[in-house]
Amino acid sequence: MTQGIDVVGLYVRDQDEALDFYVAKLGFHVHTDVRNGDYRWLTVQSPEQPSFQLGLFKPGPPVHDAATAQTLHEVVAKGAMPPLVYVVDNCHAVYERLSALGVEFTQEPIDRYGTVDAGFRDPSGNGWKVIQVIARPHSPRSQ
Amino acid sequence: MSQSPGLLRRLLRAKDRMDRTSHEEWSIHRLAWVSAVSAAHFARSFKEAFGIPPHRYLLTRRIERAIALLRDTDLPITEIALQTGWKSLGTFGRIFRDVTGESPGSLRVRERSTPYEREHVPECSVRAANRPDLKIAVSEKRREKIVGKTELQSTEVL
Repeated sequence: MTQGIDVVGLYVRDQDEALDFYVAKLGFHVHTDVRNGDYRWLTVQSPEQPSFQLGLFKPGPPVHDAATAQTLHEVVAKGAMPPLVYVVDNCHAVYERLSALGVEFTQEPIDRYGTVDAGFRDPSGNGWKVIQVIARPHSPRSQ
Repeated sequence: MSQSPGLLRRLLRAKDRMDRTSHEEWSIHRLAWVSAVSAAHFARSFKEAFGIPPHRYLLTRRIERAIALLRDTDLPITEIALQTGWKSLGTFGRIFRDVTGESPGSLRVRERSTPYEREHVPECSVRAANRPDLKIAVSEKRREKIVGKTELQSTEVL
């Protein structure tokens, strides 16, 4: 593959805190962590997905002026950023493991037609859906 | 006016808790405790952050959940009312009609006769998209409909 999505970034309130969350708790790996003055380019990867990087970026200078950075911090903190989806093999096991590590779940695993899903937030307020696909998700009424 | 991101993150926690267990009773004191702010501060801050008073938000979540149960299960309407946090079937039916414009029974019939394409959208996002948009208070909505008539005040404690 020569074309495709390589990096998608999240805004986080604190990059050290985000690093601890995504690496020590979720089990991602650091791909790039480079600083230049106030700026820090930080990306992580899910171990089984080497072609994709998740950027953990902090709003602020030199990219944003103070007012814009404040607005972005507010938007993230009130959970208004778009939903993120984490596909897993076993939603219940992920829930048990991450709950024990103190991850803030917004929804316990729920079994629905052919899927199990749960939800959690990162420390900044970004919301993740955890989805396990058990069977082809065809509900009888959607056919 | 700008709110501190730290406060917003704690207010979000209270909103998440209502999402997670909307059938429970959520007094302002309990919500304020989750957000670690004073009860007096909580309601004002929540409305400023999310554009809707906390109890009205809870109401939309309960109705949303009731709609999902009507659509996806064969549970009797009384049972759905209890499961979604109402103490009486009468209050549930009245508020449900006020918010959605139809009775739980007729919504169930209509929802079930409508096929949808949504296999590729996470369930929670589908529900959020179908959440009733409650811009005004239910009592206000009712007042608009029955101008001049005696207003029925909900005695339900949310």
